[in-house]
Amino acid sequence: MPHEPTFGGLLQSQGISRRAFLKFCSTTASLMALPAGIAPAMAEALASARRPSVIWLSFQECTGCTEALTRSSAPSIEALMFNFISLDYHHTLQAASGDAAEHAREQAQHENAGKYLVLVDGSVPLDEHCSTVAGISNLAMLKEACANAAAVINIGTCSAYGGIPMAKPNPTRAVAVGDIIKDKPIVNVPGCPPMPLAITGVIAQYLTLGRLPELDHLGRPVAFFGENIHDRCYRRPFYDRGEFAETFDDEGARKGWCLYKLGCKAPIAYNACAHIKWNNGVSFPIQSGHGCLGCSEPRFWDIGGVYESVATGNFGDSAKLGAAAVAGAAAGVGAAVLARRKKTELAAHEHSSD
Amino acid sequence: MSLLEFARGPAIHAALIIMAAGIALRIIGVLALTRGADLSRPRDAFGNFKGYRTVFSRAWPSGEFTTTTRYQTVVAYIFHIATLLVVVGIVPHIEFITSLTGLAWPALPNFVGVALGTVALASLIALITRRLAKPAVYNSTVGDYVTWIIVALPLLTGLMAFAHVGLRYETMLALHILSSALLFAYMPFSKLMHAFWFIFSRAQSGLAYAHKGVRI
Repeated sequence: MPHEPTFGGLLQSQGISRRAFLKFCSTTASLMALPAGIAPAMAEALASARRPSVIWLSFQECTGCTEALTRSSAPSIEALMFNFISLDYHHTLQAASGDAAEHAREQAQHENAGKYLVLVDGSVPLDEHCSTVAGISNLAMLKEACANAAAVINIGTCSAYGGIPMAKPNPTRAVAVGDIIKDKPIVNVPGCPPMPLAITGVIAQYLTLGRLPELDHLGRPVAFFGENIHDRCYRRPFYDRGEFAETFDDEGARKGWCLYKLGCKAPIAYNACAHIKWNNGVSFPIQSGHGCLGCSEPRFWDIGGVYESVATGNFGDSAKLGAAAVAGAAAGVGAAVLARRKKTELAAHEHSSD
Repeated sequence: MSLLEFARGPAIHAALIIMAAGIALRIIGVLALTRGADLSRPRDAFGNFKGYRTVFSRAWPSGEFTTTTRYQTVVAYIFHIATLLVVVGIVPHIEFITSLTGLAWPALPNFVGVALGTVALASLIALITRRLAKPAVYNSTVGDYVTWIIVALPLLTGLMAFAHVGLRYETMLALHILSSALLFAYMPFSKLMHAFWFIFSRAQSGLAYAHKGVRI
């Protein structure tokens, strides 16, 4: 029987102290809104957890999600946890290529049937020729990989909701994973890219408690996507006072005022960016001076221009309104002419009958 | 398509098209329906001028009615002014109008917008309360109450969305836009057309009375 390392063993070999590990467990437990007392149990379960088999399918995507996860500035426990899982198939990260790579996927599916996790980034084109891997269409590979999976975790907005490939005019007829896979538990971890902690948080909970986290109405973990970014934004007081940056280089922008008028979608976006932040808590888009794109929301690419505020209409120009006014005026004249003609006729009729 | 996408997209677009066509239809339709020439000699040589004067003079009740209409007049003025300022004065509304017309102007501070919206809603409630309390004075129809609800809904949902209370913000914003869309589409075909008619009806009354030599 091959030696199967535990997560605890891996951390020890990397020089991570138990204290640091317990801190990570407490943080994760509180982030996931689990009871505080669960942290030691989580630590124990995590430390003795065996390598879960993970098949990572990359479809119509840009690899940004993988980049976000792997480009940590320091080797964090989150990153190590990702090293720990048995990532049996991942285009970008696996050493194998060609037939050997596909064989690894098939072997993992076979040997861990019913137990492995499928992580998907990228949307699935219904025009199957648009995206294939090793001659297999994305649609066929998804169905095959999910057939015996324990659960599916969608990494990023493309697999969760279709994302940019699905944006109008959707030339490949792209759909989300959830539009195809209906019989497996699915967790959406959207974002463009998603927050690494949200990805590892879901996996940590699955490893320790054996269940997937509580989800919102869009299939996202409430722990990470339950908060409105606008509500957590440090620029909120400026919004409340009505102090807005009008352009990206005016006084308001320099003073860090609210970016609402520059198209910030934070009021309609739900994510943990504003409080967990990126790059080990350094910053997040709004802090760096650009409005939120709302990348964790379905169809974020089509819900109005990036620099148009959420209050504006989203129906193109107002040409049809002008045309409607002209048509209405014409109809009004027509109605008046008809009414006058009828009046004249009635008068003539009355006159002739006198 | 989410509720907000529907509201910001096809719903408000259709409502604005109906409103643009409806207002043009009704104004042009009525103005083109001219009366036949009046062959009698006007009793007042300055009848036309005096007729147009009533457009302004009837903005306030005649002295005899000051006491009995004071409540209605004062509260209605408060409602109209507060509503108008909210409609054209707060940031999200200016953003919407700018996206349609390209025109922009400085906004009121947010706290003033909230205060005005609250005053508008409170005065609207004060008006319906009096209407309900004095049925003989107002002789209300079902349409009056429907109109009141259609006017009150955007104020209520707008205040809630602006203050981020109630349902999730995107849902409140969608409900606010949808209720405004209902108001826009309903407006040309209801008594809300008084926003335009008041000029013509006052002028017409003034002209008719002046023509007959009635002191106005």
